[in-house]
Amino acid sequence: MGTKLIILLVVILGVLAIAQMMRIYELSSKITGKKENEISNRDNRFNAKLMLLFMFIFFGSFIYMMIHYGWVGRGVAASKHGKDIDWLLNLNLIIIISVFFLTNALLYIFAFRFVKKPGVPAYYLAHNNKLEMLWTVVPAMVLAVIIILGLKTWNEATGDAPAESIRVELFSKQFDWTARYSGKDNKLGKFDYKLTLDNNELALKTAATIDSAIRMMEEGPMGIKTLEAKLNDKKIIMVPEDRAKMEADLSRKERLIRLLYQMKEKHDPKDDAAAWDDFIQKDTLYLCKGKEYEFNFRSKDVIHSAFFPHFRAQMNTVPGLTTRFKFTPDVSTSEMREIKGDENFNYVLLCNKICGGAHYKMKMMIVVMEEDAYNDWFKGKMTKTFRDTYFPAVEPAQPAADAENAEGQTEQAQNAEA
Amino acid sequence: MAAVAHEAHGHHDDHGHHEENFVSKYIFSQDHKMIGKQFLMTAVFMGFVAMLLSILFRIQLAWPEEGSGFLSFFLGEQWAPDGVLKEDMYLGLVTIHGTIMVFFLLTGGLSGTFSNLLIPLQVGARDMASGFLNMLSYWFFFLSSVLMMISLFVESGPAMSGWTVYPPLSALPQAVSGSGMGMTLWLFSMAIFIASSLIGSLNYITTVLNLRTKGMSMTRLPLTIWAFFVTAIIGVLSFPVLLSAALLLIMDRLAGTSFYLSDIIVGGEMLTQHGGSPILYQHLFWFLGHPEVYIVLLPSLGITSEIIATNSRKPIFGYRAMIGSILAIAFLSFIVWAHHMFVTGMNPFLGSVFVFTTLLIAIPSAVKVFNYLTTIWRGSLVFTPAMLFSIGLVSTFITGGVTGIILADAALDITVHDTYFVVAHFHVVMGLSAVFGMLAGVYHWFPKMYGRMMNTRLGYVHFWITLIGAYGVFFPMHFVGIAGAPRRYYNYSVYNDFDVDSYNMIMDLNVIITIFAIIAALGQLIFLFNFFYSIYRGPVAEQNPWRSTTLEWTTPVEHIHGNWPGELPTVHRWPYDLSKPGAEEDFIPQTVPLMEGEEEH
Repeated sequence: MGTKLIILLVVILGVLAIAQMMRIYELSSKITGKKENEISNRDNRFNAKLMLLFMFIFFGSFIYMMIHYGWVGRGVAASKHGKDIDWLLNLNLIIIISVFFLTNALLYIFAFRFVKKPGVPAYYLAHNNKLEMLWTVVPAMVLAVIIILGLKTWNEATGDAPAESIRVELFSKQFDWTARYSGKDNKLGKFDYKLTLDNNELALKTAATIDSAIRMMEEGPMGIKTLEAKLNDKKIIMVPEDRAKMEADLSRKERLIRLLYQMKEKHDPKDDAAAWDDFIQKDTLYLCKGKEYEFNFRSKDVIHSAFFPHFRAQMNTVPGLTTRFKFTPDVSTSEMREIKGDENFNYVLLCNKICGGAHYKMKMMIVVMEEDAYNDWFKGKMTKTFRDTYFPAVEPAQPAADAENAEGQTEQAQNAEA
Repeated sequence: MAAVAHEAHGHHDDHGHHEENFVSKYIFSQDHKMIGKQFLMTAVFMGFVAMLLSILFRIQLAWPEEGSGFLSFFLGEQWAPDGVLKEDMYLGLVTIHGTIMVFFLLTGGLSGTFSNLLIPLQVGARDMASGFLNMLSYWFFFLSSVLMMISLFVESGPAMSGWTVYPPLSALPQAVSGSGMGMTLWLFSMAIFIASSLIGSLNYITTVLNLRTKGMSMTRLPLTIWAFFVTAIIGVLSFPVLLSAALLLIMDRLAGTSFYLSDIIVGGEMLTQHGGSPILYQHLFWFLGHPEVYIVLLPSLGITSEIIATNSRKPIFGYRAMIGSILAIAFLSFIVWAHHMFVTGMNPFLGSVFVFTTLLIAIPSAVKVFNYLTTIWRGSLVFTPAMLFSIGLVSTFITGGVTGIILADAALDITVHDTYFVVAHFHVVMGLSAVFGMLAGVYHWFPKMYGRMMNTRLGYVHFWITLIGAYGVFFPMHFVGIAGAPRRYYNYSVYNDFDVDSYNMIMDLNVIITIFAIIAALGQLIFLFNFFYSIYRGPVAEQNPWRSTTLEWTTPVEHIHGNWPGELPTVHRWPYDLSKPGAEEDFIPQTVPLMEGEEEH
């Protein structure tokens, strides 16, 4: 507290000191008869010189920064379309930096050159149609080039992915990423958010997962039956707020269960296969150099943005909507480490849309491998498909309390019969 | 027109003598000059609050994890334990900084101050069309400012979803603590703010259209008035859309509707909302949001046009082209909004349409820049503080404008969207250009507002510190952005895990940026001092201190209700007869009749 008081005192004394200086300044200008609105030639020339000086410092520091920082963080693009984007970016930067230098230089030089000189009147010039036409048409032509080239690159980058490109889903939630590979059939299984359970985090839709979700909603520890029992139990005394909360929860679940039954009715078991051979990958995303990928983006809670800075790719993930972006990584991680001269460099997927407190930590590492290594990794993964993780190999009996696991085992048995 | 003017005159005579008490003169005033000053005071206060918030989070960005007495002084143990800012509060500071700067300083403050002060004075009217609505407009603005300030002090923190408050983040208190009470206050504050802005804008439009004095045709209006007039029209057409966006968001939050929500599980709770679209909100928001950029910028461009012409002692070059480009910018501003949404998953074809329309805006903007340059060319420049800030505006308008071309190009936007490059771009155009225009306006019309002069020397110091400080803050940000650093990151420690070189570069620049930000902020204290000191102690102003041609300088220095003591002035010429060959003085006021054989412009 003591320091704060001292700081405040210093501030107050500082203001008083400036006020005193102002008084002295005013008294002296009163004596000399100087008026605030009449700018002396000395002041004018001083500011004019500062304008020129500022221009040199401004341009100089810009050039220094371009040399020193220009491409440090960006590096070369690691994807095919990324190289086109960088080419276009460089072209645009050359254009805008030239315009920047030219017009700013004119401004500061004019400000320096045409400062008031006693006896020299300003040149009365109200308009000039030819000049005005010139600086309407020239920017328009330059912009036409920018637009045409820009749209060409944009259409290539956002066009539909070819059928053979590898489908991978990126699932976002506060505050991490999960990838789902489409497995051997290169088809991502369907999903519905209402099927989300601890053993089905991505809410994949199969006959088994629907049944399991219905059971959990009805009979789980916070299921409809439990809630109803609690609400109707006259022995339990609840605070009104808690009771209201529980009632709201119940009505929500009653609406959801109806939708789940509808889903069960409409579900086509033929779709299940596409989901069962998918596999889920956390922490690190593995990609194959030279293969085209189509990423499908999903979000569980709020909007996130999948930002791949090194691949020049970005797409928002929107709850309730699947978004897509395709690219072909063409520089492997080890190659990029060599280019950058940094042993520890890695590609990364960042979140680039504000999504809550830990937004800045939401990332997933990316490794781009050569084809052989990728195929080996993929083969290994095919033994851990969604089916394998959903129905784990028969283990010694779990404690009876773990109802969910027991259900899983019965389902596995049923599946084996089928 | 003449009939209206006479009627207003008669009205004035009837009521001109009654004494005003303190409340009706200083608080619930219906005089446009006083209301303009009220807007300015409120906006200056809000602006300084927002600037302080930015210094707080800049300290966090430059020296993360280090305890700072400055932070704990302002934020206390709850939000900055041991002087280290909390993650949530970082987002809160960023959000409220943006909201205040864009809406309260640059929309309410800029239009509110100068439209109010200058429209009646420069068109030759006794007051606004409706003094009462004008007063209402200010008090709504005041109320919304108070609500926004209160939201900083609620227990769960202020709104934390960025100044654009995209749902679902802003709709779900489970997602971030600021989306609780803080967000509710934000929405109500903004709803009231929009009401204020609408009432004000309707008043400005009516006044410009109906209350021009005799001889003041539309093509004799100063460019300031054209800018305020078009700004008001943009506001009337776009702000209601933001209001509807905000109302739907309020419904989603309070009434369980699903306009913006679909298939969400948050905090372990499975919501039943289905079928809404968060993208809808973004469309609605940016339908205001983009015109808003021009609501912020056009008044500043108008103000500088006037100041540059006066202090170059030359007519503004291409008066009609300037009006044309204001109108073109205003029109185009309504069909470019989705360029903020290239990577939301919007149809790519739609994206290409918006690339086209957006890049078109560069043409009228370029015309304006070249017209400014030609106005300065072969002028006789007088460097008043207002003139310095106007030249600063032209420079930052160029610098910020050209980077807009990168962002408008969808293909390039993929790589720089939501990075510091965007932050740099819009701060240079809105944070620097628009603020420079506002400061220029304050220096230029201070004698009209308070009847006294501001100190010129302090003005010079203020300008040079601001120009160097502000460029020092926002120029390096371009490089951070090109490197790919996302905005709204609490710190960049994550880079240590994959690219140490980039991390070092970002941190280097972050420290430089913060140091310049502190310098620039301290520079504003000089302005604050000069401003308040001059209100009470500045030398008394002359009637026409800048030797200007427009009508406001024909009114007496002492403010009177009704602006002109006798009859309203009659206008005979356009406002830019500066250094006209054959004239004795280097300026001819608009009230001077044409000389024999003189041609009107």
